[in-house]
Amino acid sequence: MELEDITSILKDKFGDDIIREVDENASPQAIVVSPTDIHRVCLELHTNERAYFDMLSCLTGLDNGPEAGTMEVIYNMYSVPYEIGLMIRVKLDRNKPEVNTVSDIWKTADWHEREAYDMYGIKFVNHPDLRRILLPADWEGYPLRKDYQHQEYYRGIKVEY
Amino acid sequence: MGLLDKKFNSGGVIITKVDDLINWARLSSMFPMTFGIACCAIEFMTTGTSVYDMDRLGMAPRASPRQSDVMIVAGTVTFKMADRIRRLYEQMSEPRYVISMGSCSNCGGPYWEHGYHVVKGVDRIIPVDVYVPGCPPRPEALIGGFLKLQEKIRSESLMAPKALERLMKKQEA
Repeated sequence: MELEDITSILKDKFGDDIIREVDENASPQAIVVSPTDIHRVCLELHTNERAYFDMLSCLTGLDNGPEAGTMEVIYNMYSVPYEIGLMIRVKLDRNKPEVNTVSDIWKTADWHEREAYDMYGIKFVNHPDLRRILLPADWEGYPLRKDYQHQEYYRGIKVEY
Repeated sequence: MGLLDKKFNSGGVIITKVDDLINWARLSSMFPMTFGIACCAIEFMTTGTSVYDMDRLGMAPRASPRQSDVMIVAGTVTFKMADRIRRLYEQMSEPRYVISMGSCSNCGGPYWEHGYHVVKGVDRIIPVDVYVPGCPPRPEALIGGFLKLQEKIRSESLMAPKALERLMKKQEA
């Protein structure tokens, strides 16, 4: 199975506009879809027996910085029966990063999305339990954003060296 | 009949100062708390093995802060952990001692500049008696820290609390 087979599955189901970009140099090869489409695309790739992406290997956030004004969520998935990996990227508005959750499709996305929320402040709509996962609940800010400034004091302890 | 019985039965008397006796008892049984938070804890565990034999110093790790005399902060202290460390320290009964083991708990270590999540030195939350440098310190270095702490305890005095005297001198001046 090749990338063309996957894109044709999606195009047959949702029309040609579903895939915004294709990056064949990425590893694994990547497609870019709109944030509003991500849930149905993932559901189709998960349930369609010709694709069968039954494993979400990784879900991560990415901040392109205030100048670019975008954030991304990157989904890495793997189809065990067809032995092929696929990367899906969605670009979000940096001022209001919101995207639908895929945790109802892959359970593993639950904690991955919580981590992306913890580090980038990306809101995953319909997530069952969107809390911080690594940092304490009363932490201020999202540390992996390019313009992050840590707080001066945390519970009376100076943060700066 | 055992050796001790024989000695006491034959009228043996040991004369010592209370200070010396108490200090000797304290420094010969510094029970550390079983507590490790990063890679330094691996070296701490190694110190407990038969090769380095922490027990020969009278140091048997205790699983509760209420039974321990020494807290060895072995690893990176994150802000999330800071409250827990402070709480564990407060649960220890006095006299209590703290050994800061390794660069992370000494001063933040490799996280000193960009580690937003690391407390830059455990002495920002609890008082530290002995700092052991290293990343991580070898068991020999940690044992060196134990000996340093023993030295410190040996020079303590119940009768003449040095810190209090210093404080009073300061107030008089």
